[in-house]
Amino acid sequence: MMRLNNLSARYNILTGYVNAVDNVSFEVMDNEIFGIAGESGCGKSTLLKVMYDLVSYPLEISDGSVEIGGKDSSGKAVILKTGEIKKSWWRNISYIPQGAMHVMNPVTKVDTQFYDAISKQNCNFNKKALRQEIINYLHELELPASVISAYPHQLSGGMKQRVIIALATFLNPGIVLADEPTTALDVVVQRGILTMLSRVQRKMKNSMVIVSHDMGVHYQITNRLGIMYAGQMIEIGPTEEIFSTPRHPYTQMLINALPRIGDLNQKEGIPGTPPSLKNPPPGCRFAARCPKATDLCRVKQPEVFQINDRHQASCHLLYDL
Amino acid sequence: MKNWNLQLKIGVFILAIFLIFGVILPLFYTGNPIEWGKFPKNLKPSSAHIFGTTNLGQDTFWVLLKSIQNSFFIGLLVAFFATLIGVLLGMLSGFRGGILDRVITLIMDTFIVIPSLPILILLAGLLKGRASVLSISLVLIIFNWPWPARQVRAMALTLRERDFIDTALFSGESTFKIITREIFPFVTSWSLANFINTILVAIRTESGLAVIGMSSNEQATLGTMIYWAIQHQAMMAGRWWWIGSPVVAITLIFISLFLILSGSQQYSALRRGK
Amino acid sequence: MADYMLEIKNLTRRFKIGGMILGKSILAVDDVSISLPKDKTWIMSVVGESGSGKTTLARMILKLLEPSSGKIFIDGIPLSYYSKKDHRKEFYKKVQPIFQNPFSTFSMRKTVDTYLYETALNLDIARTRDEATEHIRDILHSVGLEFEQVTGKYPNQFSGGELQRISIARALITKPALIIADEPVAMIDASLRMNIVNLFKKLRNEFNVNFVYVTHDLSTAYYVSDFIATMYRGNLIEFGPAKELLSRPSHPYTELLLDSIPKVGVKWDREIILPDIETKEYSAKGCKFAARCQYAKDVCHKNSPPVTTLEEGHKILCFKYCGYKI
Repeated sequence: MMRLNNLSARYNILTGYVNAVDNVSFEVMDNEIFGIAGESGCGKSTLLKVMYDLVSYPLEISDGSVEIGGKDSSGKAVILKTGEIKKSWWRNISYIPQGAMHVMNPVTKVDTQFYDAISKQNCNFNKKALRQEIINYLHELELPASVISAYPHQLSGGMKQRVIIALATFLNPGIVLADEPTTALDVVVQRGILTMLSRVQRKMKNSMVIVSHDMGVHYQITNRLGIMYAGQMIEIGPTEEIFSTPRHPYTQMLINALPRIGDLNQKEGIPGTPPSLKNPPPGCRFAARCPKATDLCRVKQPEVFQINDRHQASCHLLYDL
Repeated sequence: MKNWNLQLKIGVFILAIFLIFGVILPLFYTGNPIEWGKFPKNLKPSSAHIFGTTNLGQDTFWVLLKSIQNSFFIGLLVAFFATLIGVLLGMLSGFRGGILDRVITLIMDTFIVIPSLPILILLAGLLKGRASVLSISLVLIIFNWPWPARQVRAMALTLRERDFIDTALFSGESTFKIITREIFPFVTSWSLANFINTILVAIRTESGLAVIGMSSNEQATLGTMIYWAIQHQAMMAGRWWWIGSPVVAITLIFISLFLILSGSQQYSALRRGK
Repeated sequence: MADYMLEIKNLTRRFKIGGMILGKSILAVDDVSISLPKDKTWIMSVVGESGSGKTTLARMILKLLEPSSGKIFIDGIPLSYYSKKDHRKEFYKKVQPIFQNPFSTFSMRKTVDTYLYETALNLDIARTRDEATEHIRDILHSVGLEFEQVTGKYPNQFSGGELQRISIARALITKPALIIADEPVAMIDASLRMNIVNLFKKLRNEFNVNFVYVTHDLSTAYYVSDFIATMYRGNLIEFGPAKELLSRPSHPYTELLLDSIPKVGVKWDREIILPDIETKEYSAKGCKFAARCQYAKDVCHKNSPPVTTLEEGHKILCFKYCGYKI
C-alpha cells in the first residue's frame, strides 16, 4: 500500500519554481489498480516519479511525504519513506517510465537485461535456474520463448513493452507504477498489454498505479481513479462511480470528449489550455475553462468535498447541494 | 566568460599571448627578420636582442615571432579550407546518398588510407626545398578534408531520416538550402572541434616536414626554425634559445589548442545542464 | 480527364531485413489496389496495427519511398512523372504530408513561421514576403490559430496540439489536392483528438482537399472517413465506404479493431491473441491473420484468401465470405 500526505513537488528552474504537484493526498490500497488521469502537463508523470523516489535536481519535494508498505530483506513488514524507497527498487516497488520500451539497451539481449536488473537485488543466483524461471514467466505473459534470446530491435513495440512489464513484475513487488504504458501502441496491442497488466495484478494481488491521459483505458482496468488538473488532484473515487456520476466539471468534460462508435454526435475536445504552473491563478485552477465557473471560483481555491466515504472532489459547486 | 572552466581560460589565455606575439607584434617590425647576417652571430640574450642571435645572424626573438605568424597562417588556412570542403562534401554525400555518395566516399577513403607523410616528402623532394607556404598548405588541405567529411557524413545519414527534413523537402527547399539550414546547425560543434584539431595537425605536419628539411626552407615557420637550428648544431653548441624557443612555442600552442578543445566541450556540456 | 483522384494499382514493397546472407525479405505492402473517385472530395482512413504496412503505403504515395512494383496515379498522372527535377515542384504543390510527431516535424532550431514562409515562397503561392504573410494569416485562421500567436516562436514554445495545427496549416498553403496524414493524433491527448479530426472534416469541405488518414484508432477514423481501408501485415484485407464497413459484417480483423477500442460502458470480455514476432507472421502461409482469427478453418492456414466483393465498392479478403472455398 502507499500513502501520500499533502505532497507538493516542484522544479527549481533558473527563473523560479514550477509547482508541478500541489498538495496531493491519497492512498493506494493493497490489491487494487489505481489510475491517475489528466491532460499532458498536469503533473501526473512528476507525481509518479516522486512516488518512486526518483527525485533529483531540479525536481525537489517542497512539502508533505510519501510512505509505502513493503518487506525488508528478512520478510518483515516495514514502512518506507522517501530516501529509503530508493533502496527497495525492483523488490518492493517498480516503475515503468513513459516510453520505456524505447530505452531498452539495444546491444544486450533480453536475458542479460533480466540478469542486470535482478543482480542488483541478490548477488548470488543460479543463472540456469533463473533463466528457466524467466522463460516460464514470459510464457505466462504470452510471450514466445524465443524472446529471451532476442535483441530489442527484433521485437515489435508491443512485445518490448511486455518484456518491460515482465522485468518490472518479475520479483513480485508490492507496488508497480506505470506511466502511460500503452501510449504510441495501437489499440489491439494496447488491449493486450492492459489485460496482461490486470491479469498480473489479479495473480500477485499487489497495487498498481497507472497513469494515462486516455479515460477509456482507465475505465477498462482501474478500480479507483484520481483526476489531476494543473498539479492538483481534483477528484478521486471508485472508477465505476466516477464514470457514472462524475462530480467535477473537468471530469465531466474529459469523459464527454471521448469518441464513441455508433454515436455520431459531433464531439468536441475541451477548449483552452491549462494554466501556467509557475504562476497559478489565485482561485480554482480550472475556472478559466469551466463553463460553470462563478466569481467565487475565480477567487478562492475550493476545499475537498467528501461526496461519500470513497468519493471526493474539489469544487465550489458541490457545496451548494 | 563567467562560466568558462579553468581549462578553457588557460587555453584561451595562452593562445591569446601567441596571437599577440605572432600576429600583432610582427607588424611593428620593419625589415625582414629572416635576413641572414644582419647581426653578429650567436650573441647571448641582451636588451638589444631578447633571445640573442642565431648562427645565421638573425635576431632570434623576431625570427620566432615571424615563425609563429607563418605557422599560424598555415594552420588556419589549412583548417579553414579543409573543414569547409570536408563539411560540405560530407553533408552532401550523407544527405544525397546514391551514386554521389559512393563516389565521394571512395575519394574520401582513398585519401584516408594513403599515408600523407610519404607523399608530402615525395612532393617536397621534387620541389627541392623551394616549395612555398601556399603549396605546402594546398597539399595539407587535400589530405585533411576527408576526416571531418567522414564524421559529418555519418551525422548527415542519421539526420536525413528525421521528419523535419521531409518537411523541408515538401516546403520546396533545395538540396543546398536543406544542407545548410537544416543539417548544418547540428554539425557546427563537431565542425568547430574538427577545425581546431586540423590547425594542430597542419602545424604539426608542416613542422615535421620542415625539421627534416622538406618544407619551404626559405620561409620562417616554427619547423624551419628548428631545421636551421639543427643544421647549425645548435643543440651541441648549447644555443638553447635558438632551438629551444620554437620547440617550447609549438608545445605551448598545442597545449593551448587542446585545452580550448576539451574546455569548450565541458562548457557546452555544462550549458546543457549536466 | 482521369476517372480517379487517387489510383493505386498492385502496389508492392519489399524490405530486406537481417544480414546479407541470412536475411529475410518481407512484403511490407503486398499487391494493394485502391481507387478513389474524383467527383467528391473524400477522407480515406488507412487503418491497421503497427507493422501492417500503412505507413509504408503512405510514404510511397508521398514519394519518400520507391515501390518495388506497381503504380500510383494522382489525378491520372503517374508518380514517376514527378521524378524529374522540373516536375518536382508540381508534386509538392499537389501532395503534402502531416507527420505523427509534431515536435519532430519542425527543426527545434528554426522558428515555425520560417517553414510557413518557405512553403509559400518556394512553391509560388506568394511572390513577396508581405503577400505570403496575408496568405499565412488566413490559413492559420482556418486551423484555429492567430498569426500573432505563431510568429517568431520556436517549436518548443507550443503544445503538441497547437504544433500539429501549424503542421496542418503548412500543408494547406499550396491548397493541395491530397494531404497524407500519418497518425496525426497518435501523440495528442485522447481528449483533444476530436478537435484535430474535426478540423480535417472542415478542411475537406472548405478547401476541397482529399485526405488519406493513416491511423490505428478506429473510433476517430469512423467519425471522419468517407472510405476505410484496413491493412494487415501488408495485405489490404478490407476496403469500402465507411458506413458499409462498420454496419455490415466485416473482416474478423476489423471486428477485432473495433472491439479493442477502450470504450466507456463496455468492458473487454474476450481474451485476444497478440501478434507474434513480425518475421514469422509475414512469412506465414495462407491468410496472415489466421493464427489469431476466431473464425479460422483449415483452408485459411493453407491458402491465401481471394478478393470477394460484398456490395458496391466494398471488398474483403477473407475465406469466411466466400464459403471457405478456394
